Amino acid sequence: MKTITDLLHEHPFFNGLAEKDLQFLSGCTSNGHYKEGEYLARENTSADHFFLIRSGRVAVETFVPNYGPLCLMTLHGGDIFGWSWLYPPYRTAFDARALTSVRSLRLGGKCLRDKCEREPRLGFELMKRFAKIATDRLQATRIQLLDLYGPHPSQGDRQP
Amino acid sequence: MIPQVWRIEQRREEYPGTVTLALTREGKSRDSIHPGQFNMLYAFGAGEVAISSSGPGTSSDEPLIHTIKSQGLATQALCRLPEGSQLGVRGPFGQGWPIGLVKRRPLIVIAGGLGLAPLRPLIYSFLKGQLPARSLQVFYGARRPQELLYQQELEDWGKSFELVVSVDHADSTWEGHVGVITDPLRISTLDTGNALIFLCGPEIMMRFCIQVLRHKGVAESNIYLSMERNMKCAIGLCGHCQWGPNFVCKDGPVFCYRNVRQWFQINSL
Repeated sequence: MKTITDLLHEHPFFNGLAEKDLQFLSGCTSNGHYKEGEYLARENTSADHFFLIRSGRVAVETFVPNYGPLCLMTLHGGDIFGWSWLYPPYRTAFDARALTSVRSLRLGGKCLRDKCEREPRLGFELMKRFAKIATDRLQATRIQLLDLYGPHPSQGDRQP
Repeated sequence: MIPQVWRIEQRREEYPGTVTLALTREGKSRDSIHPGQFNMLYAFGAGEVAISSSGPGTSSDEPLIHTIKSQGLATQALCRLPEGSQLGVRGPFGQGWPIGLVKRRPLIVIAGGLGLAPLRPLIYSFLKGQLPARSLQVFYGARRPQELLYQQELEDWGKSFELVVSVDHADSTWEGHVGVITDPLRISTLDTGNALIFLCGPEIMMRFCIQVLRHKGVAESNIYLSMERNMKCAIGLCGHCQWGPNFVCKDGPVFCYRNVRQWFQINSL
């Protein structure tokens, strides 16, 4: 039986983090299991947690009136959902819905924020890791906005 | 070269505005076509356009298969042609995928949008055991689930090799990946030292994929890509498709990235 600390050790997000930090993090972490269709988090609710996805697929969605839920991206084992816990006003920006059975680790944002205020070294380390995720997502969003496969005015008639 | 008259034996709409045509010519066989090569298809009265072969078979006794998206005058005319109608064919032209290099190496195929079409013959070669690849991984990105090519085949392919399909936009009925194809590529495990990468799609998509591949440590010499350029004569005479020192129709459309990297840096050629 693996402990929470073992699971944190295994997750790529925490690679290289000091043992004592992992011990602290395990204290504010719980295991989560979500059935297909269940929500890990809902838009515009208090962002008290973030999720490390261990297995399964999660859709990051927003609800569009007169259209329905629109999937912006899917997350998989090894991915993170949620950084709103880190920045005021601590409200979740999107829905996170399990597309399959999902196993995750749920980390308490509030206790982490307090800890990071007291220990800037850990705070900076976590901030770097979340900033990497945020920039990767920003880059992906920009590429999505380019509409790579859509028609372009300059495109000739030659096709692959 | 004068086009030869072929007939549309079968027409299948992949999704609105994109069709796959099976072409035959009664009583005569054709030249065998190498995966990655293209033909010039001539819609009479509208014009001629270069279209890669997308057929599962490459031998001379099988129909010519081409997948065409309606976007310019010639392709619009081709896409409108019904079964039984005639069109002109010249070819095959160009340098195809370097199959000779595969030799028991892992093969990674990355396709974007219509770029899956020229890679489809390779996938079939692998499935038939004719491609000496050690393994096959296919990454396929498209705009929306409704704009995926060969939808039935995709389901079958997913059972035979690792297939990652990702769409940029989807509603809640789509249960696959959503996001740009560079994301699954970035997190996937690739044999970066030995794998051969074949890449085809919009040029900008190939650029971003190459960035990810290079970041993962793939050598430039192991990346091959198929270029889209405006080809007219298909034999390197007219100069329409000149790209640096190369003519895409004659020296390509498949190039090794190492040899064309510098031309990717130039905005307009």
